[in-house]
Amino acid sequence: MSAVEEAANEAPAVEAVPKRAMTLGYGTSLVVLALLIIVPMFLKNFFVFQLTMLLIYALAVLALNILTGGSGQFSLGQSAFYAVGAYTSAILMEHMGVNYALTLPVAGIICFGFGFLFGQPALRLSGIYLALATFALAVAMPQLLKLGFFEHWTGGVQGLVVTKPDAPFGLPISQDRWLYYFTLVVSIGIYIASVNLLKSRSGRAFMAIRDNEIAASAMGVDVALYKTLAFGVSAGITGVAGGLGAIAVQFVAPDGYTITLAISLFLGMVVGGVGWLPGSIVGSAFIIFVPNIAEHISKGLSGAVFGVLLFLVIFLVPHGARQVAMVAQQMLGKLKKN
Amino acid sequence: MSVINLRLGAFAAALALLAATSSGAFAQKKYDTGASDTEIKIGNIMPYSGPASAYGVIGKTAEAYFRKVNAEGGINGRKINFISYDDAYSPPKTVEQARKLVESDEVLLVFNPLGTPPNTAIQKYLNTKKVPQLFVATGATKWNDPKDFPWTMGWQPNYQSESAIYAKYILKNKPDAKIAVLYQNDDYGKDYLKGFKDGLGDKAASMIVIEESYEVSQPTIDSHIVKMKSSGADVFFNITTPKFAAQAIKKNQEIGWKPLHFLNGVSSSIGSVIKPAGFENSQGIISSNYLKDPTDAEWKNDAGMKAWTEFLDKYYPEANRSDIFVMYAYTVAQGLEHVLKASGNNLTRENVMKQAASIKNLELGGLLPGIKVNTSATDFAPISQVQLMRLKGETWERFGEILSDDAGG
Repeated sequence: MSAVEEAANEAPAVEAVPKRAMTLGYGTSLVVLALLIIVPMFLKNFFVFQLTMLLIYALAVLALNILTGGSGQFSLGQSAFYAVGAYTSAILMEHMGVNYALTLPVAGIICFGFGFLFGQPALRLSGIYLALATFALAVAMPQLLKLGFFEHWTGGVQGLVVTKPDAPFGLPISQDRWLYYFTLVVSIGIYIASVNLLKSRSGRAFMAIRDNEIAASAMGVDVALYKTLAFGVSAGITGVAGGLGAIAVQFVAPDGYTITLAISLFLGMVVGGVGWLPGSIVGSAFIIFVPNIAEHISKGLSGAVFGVLLFLVIFLVPHGARQVAMVAQQMLGKLKKN
Repeated sequence: MSVINLRLGAFAAALALLAATSSGAFAQKKYDTGASDTEIKIGNIMPYSGPASAYGVIGKTAEAYFRKVNAEGGINGRKINFISYDDAYSPPKTVEQARKLVESDEVLLVFNPLGTPPNTAIQKYLNTKKVPQLFVATGATKWNDPKDFPWTMGWQPNYQSESAIYAKYILKNKPDAKIAVLYQNDDYGKDYLKGFKDGLGDKAASMIVIEESYEVSQPTIDSHIVKMKSSGADVFFNITTPKFAAQAIKKNQEIGWKPLHFLNGVSSSIGSVIKPAGFENSQGIISSNYLKDPTDAEWKNDAGMKAWTEFLDKYYPEANRSDIFVMYAYTVAQGLEHVLKASGNNLTRENVMKQAASIKNLELGGLLPGIKVNTSATDFAPISQVQLMRLKGETWERFGEILSDDAGG
């Protein structure tokens, strides 16, 4: 049986999500946005920092969501793209004195290229085989970063310390708050662009490939191009998230970008709801806060507690936050009718 | 002129008087965030999960030790509130946990966070915030840098000190040595190598006949050993982690190379290095230590060791008695207890750092007899003494006097 036949007979890896169901309504979006703008004004710097990390991981989860939820390809290698983005920003800032805001597009472009190139061999693989190939990438990345050859730039095992930017124009807000709003603006920009991408011709091509590759190619979609493109876009966004992460954490080291990170991002996507972009932020909240809660419950068994919580989520709401949102919407609808 | 001088003098005298009286009034009690009449909050970060979770036992032991301190009435009447978080050895998580400790839990200081990358990640943050990063659990030399990082302090003998001590021994006992060095190509290996070369001084270039490095990813280091043998070296400094250390010892025997063999303290474990490599292959190897090895029968009736066993029986009965990390944590927790006691009622971060930097000849039950903790405003390497030991039969036999070296980062 050829790979094509196999792909045709296989059940779709990702359940089809109608285009409209991928986003939130305008009203809800505005409420979420208002919350994201107002709440940090009343929080301590530490919580603002946590919220910044929440947005950054949400971006990375969103990127994976475009790849998996949009074009139906799996990736366990997102940590590698995240690392490349983080190191790009860190090296540009520390070795070349480039402004932090300018390092992000560079990180995005480099990761786009990296993802696009990786997408080429990945074309031949699908489903779990692709997941394994990307897994290899994630495992290799921390060791590559430690190589003596790059050490002058990467700092080897020691990593690189990054200087945190001050608020510009002498604005009287703390570094953390400034970085939060900066991240928020970048995130909103990327979110809107992603939503539009999925609504566009390219987005429809992604989804056609996800639902049925053969049918898509019969309709004239360049399957190879769009599959690699999806990889590129996903890697690019992850790279920007990585760059932001490096600036927020003020440090990059190989140990920060292991396979654990890739799995966390994957987890975030599933918990948020595969193919539902707003779920990214819920998924991100899950991977940031739930381990802390688990540790709070039992230090020695934090991993087990986390496992139980995860199991509960998957068991009760297998479609993640999307399912919760849909149930809430239905209940609201009923209330309105009454 | 003289009038002005007189006035100035009077003013100065008045100021001095004021300072004297006011300091008298305030010397009673002075607190920074994290300390009060009833408690002192201590933060800690450990890899309880993830690849380095074997070290988590350090946090558990410290926690048990502070339970003992509290049960015995606390420090100067204040209870220790020990808050320990998991970072899974991931630097971004370490930053999050450090910020949580400082900004949300509001601890007085961060004590004994583990690992070189995690500590590097939070060093700048803690120094900007002026929060002590006290007695970090890593052997890197860079923690002894009071000028650039006055809020960070190491604890154990650092890698450079240790290798400088071997160098001194070689200079004294085998001045015409031809030395072969094998080191792991990363920060740890290079740290050792630098200390060794500094220790040899001018003679480094002429004495070291061959320098070989290996990557952790290599499956075996056999080819390096063969190459070193052919160089005609008669002293071998083995800077390797346990797996490779055992390989090197075995290969030496196989190809019949019998140099004077120095093994870094990192790999001096009988259980994970010497035994797998074979006792018969390891006779005469020289290494060093600063802690009492709990498995060594020599300490059976030692007072310090008895106190340790008693503590474990009462507060941490499930501890593994042969784990050297349990001994390490016990000792470093005692170090912190000493600093907090010395700080008295002046529990400001500045004073804690000042007391930590003025430890004089402190002896602790877990340290080898004669090894003392010493710090000063310019020396942030608390333990910088070790004792050499030679493998004889199935145990290490300590020999010579306590040797010291203060390397700075």
